[in-house]
Amino acid sequence: MSETKVYSKPESWIKDVHTHYCPGCGHGIAHRIICELIDEFGLQDKAISMAPVGCSAMMYDYINIDYVEAPHGRAPAVATGIKRSLPEHFVFTYQGDGDLASIGIAEIIHAANRGENITAIFINNAIYGMTGGQMAPTTLIGQKATTCPLGRDPKLAGYPMRMSEMLASLATPAYIERVTLAQPKYIQKAKTAIKKGFQNQIDGKGFSFIEILSTCPTNWGMPPVKAFEWVLEEMVPYYPLGVFKDFE
Amino acid sequence: MAKVLMKGTEAIAEAAIQAGCTHFFGYPITPQNEIPEYMSAHLPEHGGVYIQGESEVASINMVLGAAATGCQVMTSSSSPGISLMSEGISYLAGSELPCVLVNVMRGGPGLGGILPSQADYLQATKGGGNGDYKLLVYAPSTLQETVDLVQSAWDYAFKYRNPVMVLADGFMGQMMEPVEIKEYKTDKGEYKSWALGNFAERGNKRSLLKSMYLTPELLEAHNIKLQEKYDRMQKEEMKYELIDIEDAELVIASYGTSARIAKTAIGHLREEGYKVGMVRPITLFPFPYPAFEKLTSTTKHILDVEMNMGQMIDDVKVATKSRFPVSFFGHCGGLAPSVEEIEEKCKEILG
Repeated sequence: MSETKVYSKPESWIKDVHTHYCPGCGHGIAHRIICELIDEFGLQDKAISMAPVGCSAMMYDYINIDYVEAPHGRAPAVATGIKRSLPEHFVFTYQGDGDLASIGIAEIIHAANRGENITAIFINNAIYGMTGGQMAPTTLIGQKATTCPLGRDPKLAGYPMRMSEMLASLATPAYIERVTLAQPKYIQKAKTAIKKGFQNQIDGKGFSFIEILSTCPTNWGMPPVKAFEWVLEEMVPYYPLGVFKDFE
Repeated sequence: MAKVLMKGTEAIAEAAIQAGCTHFFGYPITPQNEIPEYMSAHLPEHGGVYIQGESEVASINMVLGAAATGCQVMTSSSSPGISLMSEGISYLAGSELPCVLVNVMRGGPGLGGILPSQADYLQATKGGGNGDYKLLVYAPSTLQETVDLVQSAWDYAFKYRNPVMVLADGFMGQMMEPVEIKEYKTDKGEYKSWALGNFAERGNKRSLLKSMYLTPELLEAHNIKLQEKYDRMQKEEMKYELIDIEDAELVIASYGTSARIAKTAIGHLREEGYKVGMVRPITLFPFPYPAFEKLTSTTKHILDVEMNMGQMIDDVKVATKSRFPVSFFGHCGGLAPSVEEIEEKCKEILG
């Protein structure tokens, strides 16, 4: 007996809107996974998130849940204030690598270390997207950016920061996993990881962190297909996929 | 509750709890550490939440998150800490979120000192953070007044959906005084109409709290709306005290601890036959401009007294429309103007 599966837009996706993201950008896929999970868990009236600073600053234009804007890098602190006021609500953060690993590094480390019962989504595309392609803490060695036009030099800028590994060194966090959106099979794994992060919060397990290796074809200067290949060829060897911490 | 002898910082914390404060986020800085210490011990007893942030930057953003849910949230800090919080304060004002901020001022600029000061008048009233925004700013001069203003602060924070700042100084924070702290019922208004966490109650209509408007016309409309709110505050929320101005030849303009010292000096000067009065702004924003219009034709001179280098003097000049010469006397960074010094300065002006 065959089963018919109808692919439709998630209920929590705002009707008739199209994103401002560039072709080949991973944000749209990550947003869709989040919306699907909000629907599957029935969380639309309980979910609260923060718009970060970066390309996803206007994600509230696409996802129909309660939103407040966070200053650059501060989403984990804002989420702390929200979750500590509304512990029965579902609170998730969504930040890029400039937002989370550079200006907001203190906020993410301390929210993780307090074991805030939130789900933190980290989009790592190794560059600043919104401001036009500057070097991020996650930019790879030799990778060109507008503020390292000859490629990242470790003598000048140090080596790229591995946030999942860094946070996994803390005793408190419940769950840390790195995934990617580079191919459909990886997208399914990413959804499974984020779903686990959602379930952990619902079960009161504490801080979950899912790092997603994503793309920025525009600022990487390559076509979308090449960008997804680049994630697997260049990013994954430096940022290995997998579970870094799991309380179970 | 009868009057009890309490340290200023602890009285501020207890007053806040009795007014229904449920959430406190802060970072240690002298001279206000007794506020977070008291909160960490007593807020959980009342079912509230205390968290020590990893910085003032994080703390004010925790305040922002809690404020967005419509709970009664506060933080306290001292001058350099308020500088660090200024980003968050601008976002709170821009996103129209209610909270109470206490600044127990110390000397500046930079690290300055840890002793009492009024060096943050301009920071509190003219900005601090970026953009066109205002805080409702109170400058109490006694501990009882501090307690009363802290307790009613959330009424105004929710009425205007705006941060309210109480400016104290190190003297008020560290001094002990008899004070009465009553239970106080805050009016949060219809906060569920805007606060996060009420999606279903609003008929599946979400809350979107933000300050970003990339379309210039929308940003200007947002700013005009904010400005109308500040104009309403200017009309409705001014507080000030007038002392002996009817026949005063010299009028002192002063607030907070400086005003309290000046009040004693005025008593002495009056006994000696010198006609001296005072305008004491209690709200620094809105600045009580009309109070200065009540000065009579007997007034010849204004003396601005502060614990800084004269930060209020421009507001006094605007308020008096330059009808009178305005002099300044003050000390800063731990030195307060003494009663004797103020008397001497007044006598020098009066001849």
